[in-house]
Amino acid sequence: MPAMNMIQALNSALDAMLERDPNVLIFGEDVGYFGGVFRVTDGLQKKHGVTRCFDSPIGEAGIIGAAIGMSVYGLRPVVEIQFADYIYPGYDQIVSEMARIRYRSAGDFFVPITIRTPYGGGIFGGQTHSQSPEALFTHVAGLTTVIPSNPHDAKGLLISAIESDDPVIFLEPKRIYNGPFDGHHEKPVEPWPKHPMSEVPEGHYTIPLGKAAVVREGADVTVLVYGTMVHVALAAAKEAGVDAEVIDLRTLIPVDIGTIVASVEKTGRCVIAHEATLTSGFGAELCALVQEHCFYHLEAPIERVAGWDTPYPHIFEWDYFPGPKRVADAMRRAVEA
Amino acid sequence: MRNRSSLSLHIPQPKYRPGEKAEFSYVNVPKAGTVERPPSDAKAQNITSLAYSLIRVLDDEGNAVGSWDPKVNVEMLRKGLRAMMLTRAYDDRMYRAQRQGKISFYMKSTGEEATSAAYAFALERDDMCFPSYRQQGLLIARGYPVFEMMCQCYSNARDPVKGRQLPIMYSSRENGFFTISGNLGTQFPQAVGWAMASAYKGDDRIAAAWIGEGTTAEGDFHHALNFASIYRAPVILNVVNNQWAISSFQGIAGGEQATFAARAIGYGLPGLRVDGNDFLAVYAAAQWASERARANQGATLIELYTYRVEGHSTSDDPGRYRPADEGKSWPLGDPIERLKRHLIALGEWSEARHDALNTEMVELVRETQREVEAIGTMEGGARPPLGTMFEDVFKEVPWHLRRQREQAGG
Ligand SMILES: Cc1ncc(C[n+]2csc(CCOP(=O)(O)OP(=O)(O)O)c2C)c(N)n1
Repeated sequence: MPAMNMIQALNSALDAMLERDPNVLIFGEDVGYFGGVFRVTDGLQKKHGVTRCFDSPIGEAGIIGAAIGMSVYGLRPVVEIQFADYIYPGYDQIVSEMARIRYRSAGDFFVPITIRTPYGGGIFGGQTHSQSPEALFTHVAGLTTVIPSNPHDAKGLLISAIESDDPVIFLEPKRIYNGPFDGHHEKPVEPWPKHPMSEVPEGHYTIPLGKAAVVREGADVTVLVYGTMVHVALAAAKEAGVDAEVIDLRTLIPVDIGTIVASVEKTGRCVIAHEATLTSGFGAELCALVQEHCFYHLEAPIERVAGWDTPYPHIFEWDYFPGPKRVADAMRRAVEA
Repeated sequence: MRNRSSLSLHIPQPKYRPGEKAEFSYVNVPKAGTVERPPSDAKAQNITSLAYSLIRVLDDEGNAVGSWDPKVNVEMLRKGLRAMMLTRAYDDRMYRAQRQGKISFYMKSTGEEATSAAYAFALERDDMCFPSYRQQGLLIARGYPVFEMMCQCYSNARDPVKGRQLPIMYSSRENGFFTISGNLGTQFPQAVGWAMASAYKGDDRIAAAWIGEGTTAEGDFHHALNFASIYRAPVILNVVNNQWAISSFQGIAGGEQATFAARAIGYGLPGLRVDGNDFLAVYAAAQWASERARANQGATLIELYTYRVEGHSTSDDPGRYRPADEGKSWPLGDPIERLKRHLIALGEWSEARHDALNTEMVELVRETQREVEAIGTMEGGARPPLGTMFEDVFKEVPWHLRRQREQAGG
C-alpha cells in the first residue's frame, strides 16, 4: 500500500471519484490548471479534462450557489473553498439553502454537495488563514460535518462525503496536511510516511460517516478530539503520563454518541479539546451531551481546552493554540479531581 | 421532436501556459493621447466608450500628450517617482526578509506602484482610502514612516497593530488608510458607506477604494457599485487589473466578455479604463473622478490596467501556471521607468540623479530594517506584551476574557 500524506490521500479520493462517476466534478478558486493552493487537486484537470476540474471566479456565494444548481440537475459537485476563513460570503447559500433544500421540499429536491475547505491554525496565517469555524456548521440543521485526522481516514471519509446524498462540510486540518503535527512547534514534524495511518489503499474505499475512532485505548480519562488536536492529545497523554482513551470523532454531526458514552462510562472522566474559540464551540455541545448521557458515571467535572475567545492573533500563534501542555494539564486536573 | 444540438460547457483558458512563448498582441494599446477627456460632469451614458478604450498620457518617448495630460508641476512628479522607488525598494527588502525567516509572509506590488502612489497626490489629505493588500505605495506616498510599516511586518513590540495581523495588513487612521482585511472585497461597500456619511454630514471629503480584478467576482464589488449609484456616493472605485488572481487569469473573473471598467455601465456610473503603468494617466483619471465626486456627481469606476510582475505572495510560485518570461513582453512597460523617462524628457532628471535616488531609497530601507530588527523579528526579540492579545476584542475586557488572560499567563 502506498504511503501518502494527507494532500495525496485527498487527491487520490478525488481521482477515484472522478474516474468512477461522471457526475462528479470539481471547481473552486485556483483548483484547475494550478491544482489548488495546497495542491489537493494537482493533476486532476490534466487527467480528467477541463470540465471535470476547473477554476471558479473568486466568489464563494457563487461557488456554493452554482454547486446547488448543479446538484439539483444530478451532478455531485465537490467544491473547494480556498480557506475556511473565506467561506462566509457563501454562508447564506449554505445555511438558508444547501442545508434545508431536502427539508423544505419534503425530499422533492436534494443536494449532494461536498464543500472541502482547509481550516485551523498553526501556520502563522494570522486571523484570516487560521480559523476553525466548525461550530458554525454543526449548529445548522441539515449539514453533515466531517474532519479527518490522517491520510487513510481522509480518503475514505471524502469518498463517503461525495457519495452522500446530503451536503457535507469537509474540513481539512491544514496543519497536518504534511505530517501529524502534535503541537510541539519547536520540533520538526515527522512526515506522514512514518505514521501507520499514512497507508492508503489505491482506488475506492469508504470510511463511514458518523463513526468515531478510538485511536488510543485507556482507562483513566476519555479525550474527545478531532483534526490536528488528535495528535496533540496523543502527545499530551504521553507527557502527562495519563492512561487516556483518545477518541477521534471524525464526523461531528451526526456525532457518534455510542462510542463517546461507552468510553466515558468506562473512564468516568472527560476532556474535550479543540482549536476553535471556547465559547459556543463544538466542545460545549459535547460537554452537554456527556453530562446528559453519562452524568451518573462522571467522577470529575468535564474539562474543556480550546482557543481563546479572541481572533487568531498572528504573533501569539503558540500562546493561542491549545498545545500539548494545556491539554496535558486538563487531563491531570480531570484525573486528580 | 425538436432538433436540438448538444450544449457544451465553456471553461475560459489563458492564452499561454508555462513552456509557451507569451506575447500580448491581443491587448489593444492605443497611442497615448488619443482618448479625449470629457468634462468631469459628463453624463455617464454619453461616455461609455471610455470603459473600452485605454487612457494613456505618456508616450514611448516620455512626452505627456493629449487632453488627459494633467499638467502637474515637476516637484510633484519627482515626489511621485520617489514614492514608487521607495515602495519598490521596500518590497524587495521585505520579500528577502520573508525568505530569511524573519517575517512570516509578504506581498509585493512590483510593477503596480503607480496604481497606488498617484492617488496620494490626486486625493486630499483627509480623503479616506479603503485599500486592498497591494496598496503599500499609497501609505508610502502619504508619508507614513517605513519604520512603522516594517514593525507591522515584523509583528514586534513597536507594531502599530500589536502583532495581530499578517504582514502587510497595515492600518493608519492618521493617514486615511483603512485597516486591511484578509477577506477579499469587503472594503468596497465600506468605502461607499464612508462616502455616503461624508455626504450625509454635508462635508467635502471623498473616499477611494481598491480591489483586484479577481475580486470583482465577489458580491461585495457589486453591492458597492449599486449603493454608490443609488446614493450618488462621492467615491472612486478602483479595479486594479493586474491580469492574474493567484493562478487564475482575468478571464476567470469575467474579463473575456467585457472590460472591468464596463461593469460601471449597467449601474449608470462612468467607467474609465486607464493605463495603470502610466503615473500621469492614473493621476489624471483620479483627478477627473475626484472633481466629479466633489461636485456631488457621484462615483466613478476606474480600471487600472497593469501587470503583476511577481508572484501573488511569498507562498506562490507563478512558474507553475504562467510563462516565466510573460512579464517581459507586457506592452505597458514599467511605471518607474516611464516616469523617469518623462522627467528626463522634460530636462528635469538624469540617469545619474535616478541612480543616486535609488541608492538613497535602498539605503533608507536597509537602515530602517536594522533599527526594526534590533527591536524584534519573528524569530525573537521584543513582542507586544502577551496580555494585549485579549484587548480590543471589545472596548472593555469582559470577565471571560480576563479569566482567559490569567490562564494564558498574560
Ligand atoms: C473571500 C476571500 N476568498 C478567497 C481569498 C483567497 N485569496 C487571497 S488573494 C486571492 C486572489 C486575489 O486576486 P485579485 O483580486 O486579482 O488581486 P491581486 O492579488 O491580483 O492583487 C485569493 C483567491 C480571500 N483572501 N478572501
